[in-house]
Amino acid sequence: MLQKIYDWIDERVDITPIWRDIADHEVPEHVNPAHHFSAFVYCFGGLTFFVVVIQILSGMFLTMYYVPDIENAWKSVYYLQTEVAHGQIVRGMHHWGASVVIVMLLLHTLRVFFQGAYKKPRELNWMVGVLIFFIMLGLGFTGYLLPWDNKAYFATQVGLQMAEQVPIIGDQLKILLAGDDEIVGAQTLTRFFAIHVFFLPAALFALLAAHFILIRRQGISGPL
Amino acid sequence: MSEDKQQVSRRQFLNYTLTGVGGFMAAGMLAPMLRMAIDPVLQSTSSEGEFVNVGLAVEDITTTPQRVDWQIEQVDGWYQSKPGRSAWVYKDDNGNIIALSPVCTHLGCVVSWEGNDSHPNEFFCPCHDGRYTKDGVNIPGTPPLAPLATYEQKVENGILYLGKAISRKGA
Repeated sequence: MLQKIYDWIDERVDITPIWRDIADHEVPEHVNPAHHFSAFVYCFGGLTFFVVVIQILSGMFLTMYYVPDIENAWKSVYYLQTEVAHGQIVRGMHHWGASVVIVMLLLHTLRVFFQGAYKKPRELNWMVGVLIFFIMLGLGFTGYLLPWDNKAYFATQVGLQMAEQVPIIGDQLKILLAGDDEIVGAQTLTRFFAIHVFFLPAALFALLAAHFILIRRQGISGPL
Repeated sequence: MSEDKQQVSRRQFLNYTLTGVGGFMAAGMLAPMLRMAIDPVLQSTSSEGEFVNVGLAVEDITTTPQRVDWQIEQVDGWYQSKPGRSAWVYKDDNGNIIALSPVCTHLGCVVSWEGNDSHPNEFFCPCHDGRYTKDGVNIPGTPPLAPLATYEQKVENGILYLGKAISRKGA
């Protein structure tokens, strides 16, 4: 049955080369942990992506309950955490995943750094990776405010004060982030929500696409 | 069609025109979005010099700092609230009224006058043992790097009105 559906589509739009192109390629021996166990260091990039997928999925489901409004944000989080079946698990995945993704990202970066895999011709991909790292930090920073509890509020106060320290444009940058020149409040929360849920993920997808296209074009760097 | 007159080919002309029209349409879409996003930056700083009666008569102000608490009307976009404010108020040796913000300039805890028995005649912050002299200047060697902010103030009919807390440069 499935085969028939596949054949029906493939006959008309010839999808086999498309998925072959994406999925059907050999993993070199030196990056395969089945051959050399120490090759597990090559897994960190893929693990980062895996956790990112978890973050996206769990985040999508969290927005079914979450409200980015100062009256209701904390209550909605409390509700989904205590009343909704498995809400605690989904928020837990998003909460812990946020930390795990940074850890994986750092391990991946360390591997690339110490193997010298960033060297010519892969400098561009290193730069894209650094941008992804900044996007991830931005996601962590903006997501931290959303539960709207004391920790979130004061962490954001500190973060905004750091933004304020940027030379020349510091004040404007802070207002742009906070939505008000002195209050961290209703407009800050909506802004952070928009940045966390739409702007940064959009940038992340674009950069991840570039990251993956580059690695497929250039191939994994050779053994040490 | 003589050749020397043909400076722009038909292809070029269409390319320029399409790029121009496309750019114009893109700008027309993006301009309102960006203007909306940066609106808070371009808005003039909210109501300056708004003074609030803090419910303290000038004659009740002594040379010993006393804590006053009051509420301000705060408008945050579509959300209005009345958050509390606090100050330590006293008269200095020349009879001038001093109103200090209790917010520690280290990490924002709340300081209190003579908050620690071993440091008399000073403001003390319980979080990291930050200390300030009576005029609010941070004592070197303690965590805070700047003096306590001072409130803008005015007196009307013998009643103290306080405005915004103005932070002071580090000592």
